[in-house]
Amino acid sequence: MKEGFTYPPSFFLFLMNMKKQKTAAGIDVGSRTIKLVVYDGKQIVHEKIVDNSYNTSELIKQLLDEVRYDALVAAGYGRALVEIGWNSPSVSEITAFAIGCSQEFPGEKTVLDIGGQDTKVIRVNDQGKVLKFEMNDRCAAGTGKFFEVMAKTLNLTLDDFADLFEPKKKTLKINSLCTVFAESEVISLLAKGESRENIVYALHKSVINKIIPLIKKVHTTGDIVFCGGCAKNHLLHALFEEEMNQTILIPRSPQLVGAYGASVIAMNSLLKKQSQDMK
Amino acid sequence: MSQDWAPMWKELGLDLKAHDELLNVLGKFYNDIFMSQKDRPQGMQYFDFVMSEVHGLRIKELLDAKAQSRKVIATFCLYIPEEIALATNAVQVGLCGGAEMGFNIAEKYLPRNTCSLIKSFFGFSEAKICPYFEASDLVVGENTCDGKKKAYEIFKDLRNLYVMDMPNMKHEKGRELLKSEYIKYLQMMEKLTGKKITVESLKKGIHIANEKRKAIGRVMDLRKHNPTPISGKDALLINQVAFYDDPLRFTDSVNKIADECEKRVKNKIGVVSKETPRILVSGCPMAVPNWKVPHVIETNGAVIVGEESCVGMRNIRNLVSDKGNTVEQLVDNLVDRYFKIDCAIFTPNKDRLDHIVQMAKDLKADGVVHYSLQFCTPYNTESHLVENTLQKAKIPLLKIETDYSMEDMGQLNTRVQAFVEMIKK
Repeated sequence: MKEGFTYPPSFFLFLMNMKKQKTAAGIDVGSRTIKLVVYDGKQIVHEKIVDNSYNTSELIKQLLDEVRYDALVAAGYGRALVEIGWNSPSVSEITAFAIGCSQEFPGEKTVLDIGGQDTKVIRVNDQGKVLKFEMNDRCAAGTGKFFEVMAKTLNLTLDDFADLFEPKKKTLKINSLCTVFAESEVISLLAKGESRENIVYALHKSVINKIIPLIKKVHTTGDIVFCGGCAKNHLLHALFEEEMNQTILIPRSPQLVGAYGASVIAMNSLLKKQSQDMK
Repeated sequence: MSQDWAPMWKELGLDLKAHDELLNVLGKFYNDIFMSQKDRPQGMQYFDFVMSEVHGLRIKELLDAKAQSRKVIATFCLYIPEEIALATNAVQVGLCGGAEMGFNIAEKYLPRNTCSLIKSFFGFSEAKICPYFEASDLVVGENTCDGKKKAYEIFKDLRNLYVMDMPNMKHEKGRELLKSEYIKYLQMMEKLTGKKITVESLKKGIHIANEKRKAIGRVMDLRKHNPTPISGKDALLINQVAFYDDPLRFTDSVNKIADECEKRVKNKIGVVSKETPRILVSGCPMAVPNWKVPHVIETNGAVIVGEESCVGMRNIRNLVSDKGNTVEQLVDNLVDRYFKIDCAIFTPNKDRLDHIVQMAKDLKADGVVHYSLQFCTPYNTESHLVENTLQKAKIPLLKIETDYSMEDMGQLNTRVQAFVEMIKK
């Protein structure tokens, strides 16, 4: 550098900004868990899942305070809290899942998301756009919450619950899908001396029977991707494959798909804004 | 409220405490849902006023009419021709309830899994919170769906009720049945009011009802423009008030709004931006204060441009011809018009399917939201055919099945937001 010449401080600031990669955060505030993903336009640079509780706003704040981001988009049942508290846009979890899933699985596909309290089946085109979707009715039948209550009734953790799948008979039927009624059905089966293995299998079958018609309404051909917390349940996964007679794909982190999708949307709006600013 | 109506309500026999609760809910709802809207047509102020006086001034008017020995007829359904009431100088008002009030009382008479619309009219009546029931001389029911048919059998012991029979197929025998029921009804109305219906009086009734339909039709037609000059919620309100208000004054006020909307369209002024996704709502009727689904749609970034519903196009579509020299010829004209109403109680009901597609195209809707009340078998079941028809026409559809409660607001918001994101260009 020549003597006597100094760059103005703003130049260094400009250089620093050039170097600093812009990042976008997506937060999926679900009924059972809150998921955060920070995305730099190429890959996920941060991810975290915490249990949701009574103090949702506080939990969101803790998650967001830990990270740096230039744009934020919220999805999930608690998205309105983020919209108001952080003045950021929101997107439905259906759109978020469609986009998040398309990051890992390009091409037209059907996305099945079984979360804490609802089930969604989404038909997505190769651009990540939603073509059609179906969602379960208002109650928690056949969702994560259903499995949680049933595991507790059988004195099992959710992980053990899914691993326990060597039933002696596969003909046992649980007729109720209502979480409350199914619980009493399970209790009376236990009282009759049914084994936990048989009951666990029957519970999974009853959920499958509820969800298959929903999938068939939306799915045509091609891949089916299973997301949401329930995708961690091996028995459910195996039964879906058996029923649909095809391989069902599971993303690397099935629970994070919605937050990932939201972060991609945030990044896209950031890039759009940048290119508008350049003009 | 401009005046203390409590003495009037007390005299009518309302349960003042429960009625106050209803008015509080209604007032709060109205403020949140209607007054929060931006760029409403000026003319909507009239409807704000009507709604603020819906249990006050309007009831006073009904009582004044009765004092002049006019009769007040309360109905639930589009198939009861207002022309006949008008021909006897009677006042006809709608009774359908749109709120979850008095359901615990209604469930003393009806199964829990009865649709909200039926439970609501039972509840409003038996909880003594509806001055329209108390101000009416006669309640007129009709054998449309099974829920109503059976409910009327119970209701006839509670109120002065007349039930009209209804065909459920659109063949010649069906038409004959409707005609004979209209003649029976006309004769009953003559007896009740002590007034003979003449060609002249019936033509006058036909004229008043047609003018009302035409006025609403003007506003509804203007919504095909982009940007639309009026919100879906305000348009629904006009359709709802059509069942309560004095027909002449109402027609006049609606024509003023239509004039204003015409100017808006000319100057390209709308209630939303041009990019806003446009939605046609199709399905069950929405009675005051059932604004739940339209509010969800319009707060999720879309605008409603049409209502394929009883509280909407079904009520105003087709006029009654006034050509004829005998009362019977005019009754034939009434039957011609009313027999075309495409309610889901009819089988088959292909006209409705075609009409939904037609409306979606005419109004340039980006998608259709099919709304059916939980436990409403006719509309719920027909929604499958609606889905098939719209799929063929390549029009996106969101099916919603809900009731008057607020417990599914989270799910509804998610579904509607996703649908709006999906149809956005």
